[in-house]
Order: sequence, then C-alpha cells, then structure tokens
Amino acid sequence: MALIELRNVSKVYHLGGEEIRALDDVSLDIEGGEFISIIGPSGSGKSTLMHIVGCLDSPSQGTIKLDGTEIQNASARDLARIRNQKIGFVFQFFNLLPKLSVLQNVELPMIYSGLPAAKRREHAMEALRMVGLENRSKHRPMQISGGQQQRVAIARALVNNPKIVFADEPTGNLDSHTGERILELFHQLSTEGRTIALVTHDPEIAAVTPRRIEIRDGKIAEQVDRKLAGLEAKFSLGKAPAP
Amino acid sequence: MNLLNAFLVGFKEIWAHKFRSLLTMLGIILGVSSLIGMSALVKGMENGMRESLIAVGGVERVRLDEKDIPDYQKQLADQAVGCTMNDVYALQKSAPLIKLVTPEMRLRDAVATHAGKIFSIWNFVGTWPNALEMNQHVVEYGRMFNEVDDQNARNVCVIGVTVRDELFGSPDELGYEYNPVGQSINIRGTPFTIIGMFERYESERSKKERELAKLKPPESASSNSPPRSRGWGGRGGGFVFGMKNATVYIPLNTMWIRFRTSAGSNNIPDPRLSTLSVKVADVNHFDEAIQQAQNVLMRTHNGIEDFSFVTQEDWADNINKAIHSARMSGGIIAAISLLVGGIGIMNIMLASITERIREIGIRKAIGATFLDVFIQILVESVVIAIIGGAAGLAASLALVNLLSFISPTDNTPVITFNACVVAFVFSVCVGVLAGLIPAFKAAKLDPIQALRYE
Repeated sequence: MALIELRNVSKVYHLGGEEIRALDDVSLDIEGGEFISIIGPSGSGKSTLMHIVGCLDSPSQGTIKLDGTEIQNASARDLARIRNQKIGFVFQFFNLLPKLSVLQNVELPMIYSGLPAAKRREHAMEALRMVGLENRSKHRPMQISGGQQQRVAIARALVNNPKIVFADEPTGNLDSHTGERILELFHQLSTEGRTIALVTHDPEIAAVTPRRIEIRDGKIAEQVDRKLAGLEAKFSLGKAPAP
Repeated sequence: MNLLNAFLVGFKEIWAHKFRSLLTMLGIILGVSSLIGMSALVKGMENGMRESLIAVGGVERVRLDEKDIPDYQKQLADQAVGCTMNDVYALQKSAPLIKLVTPEMRLRDAVATHAGKIFSIWNFVGTWPNALEMNQHVVEYGRMFNEVDDQNARNVCVIGVTVRDELFGSPDELGYEYNPVGQSINIRGTPFTIIGMFERYESERSKKERELAKLKPPESASSNSPPRSRGWGGRGGGFVFGMKNATVYIPLNTMWIRFRTSAGSNNIPDPRLSTLSVKVADVNHFDEAIQQAQNVLMRTHNGIEDFSFVTQEDWADNINKAIHSARMSGGIIAAISLLVGGIGIMNIMLASITERIREIGIRKAIGATFLDVFIQILVESVVIAIIGGAAGLAASLALVNLLSFISPTDNTPVITFNACVVAFVFSVCVGVLAGLIPAFKAAKLDPIQALRYE
C-alpha cells in the first residue's frame, strides 16, 4: 500500500462566477521513502496539489489516503493534527518566527503536539544536529544566513518525525551554491529513508530526484521514474542528465 | 499547547512591544484605579455618615415629637395634654420593650456669660441624668448631675467643649486644656455652677488631624490680627458634632422651676416636654416596641393622637440611599472608563494579529489548531488586562492619597478589599471580552492565505 494515494482528485475554485479547475482528476501514488519532485510552471496547480496532499486544503472531489486513512472529509482540527504529526513543510521564504530563537523555532511543532519541555529540547537539538546547526541554537533567525535559515526550517519540518516532507521551492530564495547544499541535504535525508517531495518550477532542480511528476493545467502531464525506466537514479546537481 | 505556555508566550509578546502595551494598559490602569478610588470615597462618606448616626444615639433611639391633632379629633383639641412627665412615668412602668426614657425641656435663646464673654447656647436642655446614655455623651472632667441634683433643682450644669472654649478659652489660645469644673457661669442671668464637661466630639478624621497638629511644634510668630471667629460650631466635624459640642445640660427640675414658671398663666410651670426620647431594648423588636409605646401613650394622651415617633431609621435609610446612588453613579463612570480601556485592548489586539498573519499561518501549517491560536491571542489580551489591573491596584493607592491631599474632607477615603477584588476581576473580564473578537479572527484564518500574506 502506498503512503499517499490520490484517486480522481479535483479542486475547483469559483472566481466571480467563473469556474477554475486548479486540479483536474488527478490520481497519484507516493510510496514511503520516495524522493520526488512536483514540477510545473506557476499556475499549473502544483501548489494546490501540495496543499491538498499536505492537509492544508481539502479537495472538491476525489479521495486521498494518507498512511492508510482517508482525509478528504477530515475536520479542520483533524487536519491540523495530521499536519502536526505526519507532515513537514519547508517554504521558499523559510517562514521562521523572527522573535524566537533557532531552537524555539524548531521546538514549535512539538509545543502543539504537547510534548514536555525537556523532550522538546532534546528532539530539537537532535534535529538541529541532523542539519548541522547545533551550535546556532541560541541565535535569532535574522542572525544567521539564508542557507542556515532554510536548514533550521528543515530541522523544524523533521522534528516530529513526519511521514512526508514537502519543500515548496526550497532553493528559490538562495544563491545557487547554497541551493545545492540544501538539495544535498534533502538527498542525504532521502537516503536515510525519509519521504520528500520537492515542489518547484525549475527542471534542473527536479532533475535531482529519481521520480518527477509534471503538472500542467491541473493535470499530470508527465511522470518519469528513472528507476522504472531503467535509468540510473544518480544524484547529481546542476547538470543533471536529460532523462 | 498548555495554558502556562500560552501565558509565557503572551508575556513575551507584550514585552516585545513595551511602549505599545503600556499605552494599552493605561486604559485599564486608569479604569481600575478610578473604580477603586471612587469606592474608597464613597466608603469614606458612608463611614462619616454612620459616625454621625452613632453620635446621635444609633438606630435604637426614637424621639417623640408633637404632632398636629388629626382632623377627626379636632373637637378634642382643648383636651390634648401634650407630652408631659406622665408619659415618661407611664412608659417606664408599662412599656417593657422600652429600655430608657429621657425627658427633655429645651430653651431657645439661652445666653451664657462669664467674665464679659458671651456664648449663645445652641442646645440648652433640662433633662435627667440618663441623657448621658441616651445621647451618647461622655464626661471628661467632673461629673454628670445626679437624681439628688434634679430633685433639689440645683443650679448646676454640665457643658460641652465649645461652651468652655468660648467662655474660658480653647486649648489653642491658652496652650493647655482648661478645666472649667467649679466655675460659675450665668445663663439667662441665673448663676450656674459647672460640675462637669463633656469630651470633644468629632469625626475620626478631625480627631486624627488634631492629634497630628498637636505633634507639630506651635508656630511661634503668630500674626497680630485678631483671632478669627470660628462660628458656633467650632472646628471640625459636621453639624451633628458641632451641635453636640455646643450643649449645656441642667437638671430637668431646675429647668422647669427656674425657666418655665413665667411661661404658665397661673404660676404653675408649663409641664410640657420639648422632646421625649426613648431607647428600644432590642432592635430586632423595634416595631413591637414602638407599637407598645404608642399604646401606652394613647392612654396618657386621652386617646388623642397629638404625638408621633421620629426614628433614626429614616436617617439610616437616607444614608443607605445616598450611598447607593453615589456608588451607582461612580461605579457606572468607572465601569465605562474600564470599558474604554477594554476597547483599547481590542484595538491593539486587532492591529497585532494583522501584523502577525504570517506568523499565524506558519503556526497553523505546523499543526496549531483553531483552539491553539484562539487561546494564544485571548491569553495575550488577558495578560495585558491582568498586568494593567495589578498596576491599577497600585495606582489606586496613589490616587486615593492624592484625592485626600487635594480635597481634604471629614471623610477619609477607605480602600476596601472587596473593591480591589471587584475591580481586578472586572478588569480581567474586560480583557477576556476584548480578546474574543481578535482571537476569533486570528483562529479563523486560512493557513494558505495567511502564509501568502505579505
């Protein structure tokens, strides 16, 4: 059974009487431990897909199974709990809380899952160690570099041991070198068994993942799985070979 | 997210915007301190009024007054005897619910003279020795006249301090307390020996002030201008105390024989009493006692209703009414100012959540529920109210001191514990109410929209 199963999922917005199908009859499976990229130009519906799979939004039609439970009809409260326990988000603009220290930012998801303070600290330090920032725990987000901020955001996304991590244009606000380091980190996490979905408009970034899902006009236009295609799922950055 | 955590986050948020939070709190601080200050003023007023009530004998004292004969008894008018000693004896013998009966004959326009000084006595009364208890007098020097003085109709008197101050000099003028016992004064040309003097009656506050003034060294260079007249009332302490201090008591028989003889048409002194005061034995049986006295008096008055009872209850009722209305009006004004403070909090909370839409989006994206966000914002607003309320309690102390400093009255403002509790609880409630709408707005935010918000 796949970790995530989307069956005929549609999302329809109504804008001034006009019907906009942001997602149109999408079916998709994501297995545990996969490293995928969701790619498409802006307005293609890739963000909507991420929001729906990430439990930030509910579909208009279709069913979604996450970790064996159907979530398309879950209440806002349940969705919040699922986001807290099973999903991690990494955003383009890092989205750290500027008033909190690095450590407190990483602790934040555990506050909402009700962990005692000592446990929170322990887990947060562990997550920071994973991204190599344990010596920056007392700093404010503004006192560290963009790449480091993104690492903190990744630590925050990982700290509750989620089933899947969504990274929405994680390198979009970084210079190319720092972006590569971040992608390396994702790759490393993937080799440790994490399920990671990169959402991007950039084919070069999408090329680093073994599996690539291209969205266009709300539909899955193309799926490439190098493993299935017999291609080498070789990790390389910047200059990925054409599939 | 537990509540303690929410409080910590709330404190941090307030600390991060110190000046803004202080301004917001100011509304609550002013509201709480004005609420407490108002209640302290009213409490002081109430204390002053109750002091006066006790000074005239408390609620259990009832005065018998002459009253016009009712219309249906008009034909019996010439048989109406008025209030006489018969009533006194009848009440003493036949009304067990009445503890104390004191007859009084009062003479107006009585002038006392001594060594060229003149004092017009406000309250010149011939009475029984038990007037001491009835009117709550305390003898400081000498003694009250007794039954023997009364039976022999001796020319003795007991005076209040104001009489002493005016005829012999006050402690301020002399520099020491003058004991007038044994001196002779003339009242309406008749010599009387002073056998006793009452203590000085005054409100708690003027007593305190006087004692404070005593501690200070006297001002050496006094002006050469003549001393100012202090009027009849002497210093300090309202009408009731002034009246009590300007009293001269003489035995009832002395009053009757010396001053009432000329009033009668056939050389028999006018036997009518000016007033007759009774004291009820038990306040819980007040109405029964009054009824009993009424029944007895209907016999002695030949069934003619030419008397009525004046109770202090009416006065006590009036005090309560005055206090109630003062409390209501003051309370409403203070409550409105607290409410304005609450609106200030709501305003700043709304501004604060608009600033933090993105933060709320992040918190929701990583798992904060509606309730988590709701509680976080609500607690912030409550924390502002709690800090403001606590600061308001402190400020009210200063405010009350300031009030009694800039407008000293006889009634010291008194801060009560109850007022503090009510004001504090009220401010917290205002904080909760003010936080509800902003908290709801914040908690309702859609995480996707909030994350996109720039």
